[in-house]
Amino acid sequence: MVVVTAERAKPRRLPGVDGVWVFIGADLVIFAILFLSFMQDRLKNPATFEASRQTLNMHLGGIDTLILLTSSWSVALAVQAMKRDQIDREPRLLLGGAVTGLMFVASKSIEYFEKFAHGITPGTNPFYMWYFTLTGIHLIHVVVGTSLLTYLWVRSWRGTYDHLHRAVPESVASYWHLVDLLWIVLFPLLYLMKAV
Amino acid sequence: MSVLRERVTWVWLGLVALTCVTTWGLSKDLFSPAVAVVGTFLIVAVKVRYVMLDFMELRDAPLRVRLAFEAWPAVVAAVILGFWFATPAMA
Repeated sequence: MVVVTAERAKPRRLPGVDGVWVFIGADLVIFAILFLSFMQDRLKNPATFEASRQTLNMHLGGIDTLILLTSSWSVALAVQAMKRDQIDREPRLLLGGAVTGLMFVASKSIEYFEKFAHGITPGTNPFYMWYFTLTGIHLIHVVVGTSLLTYLWVRSWRGTYDHLHRAVPESVASYWHLVDLLWIVLFPLLYLMKAV
Repeated sequence: MSVLRERVTWVWLGLVALTCVTTWGLSKDLFSPAVAVVGTFLIVAVKVRYVMLDFMELRDAPLRVRLAFEAWPAVVAAVILGFWFATPAMA
């Protein structure tokens, strides 16, 4: 009985500062509305959406997903290192997060370039309007997150972060995992959703 | 600290495996669109839940907050699948 009480005494907490969770919650609601609106538009013209979907590079989209998952993992390990005061491990794990973020930006740039080279723009049809809007908003998130991870990486050289000083990196990490999970939904929505 | 002893490493490996299943498995013509889409979005909901619980550390969050966030992948997958089934077949 005493053991159970002791285990339950572990305080429940949100990583980072509370404000970042308000932002994450609001962002999740906004993206849920965008996903719903996309599906509403798709309902009106499934043939156009399906034909356009098939022009997207599914393999590149899948690789993008693996890149962001790996990035999230590296940042999650960095936070674990901070909790254990393993300060020497932090810079390379944060760098791993930032570099994989840059890889995603490069991959998305290649994809956009391919589309523009084929004359495909947001004005081509409603599917491409959604494709550029959703991936564009997400890409802005990635650029912001990569910049924040680069900032943490530079600060981590000086041993700034440990188990007592981790509110900022935990907040950035939570935001970065949001970026990852949004892509986990966006990728199948745009690239994999076959029509009947 | 061996990364293999970290729970997040096993979660990451699971997420990578599930991504390979949806991207290079369920997308094949071997599966009907209904099986592929339902399977894909059920897997998506599971992946998002694990990102929330283990990467975002919501497993240790106050219960109400955790439940509110955990509802998101379930609602989003249900809405997407609901609209997908409501969409008429192509002529």
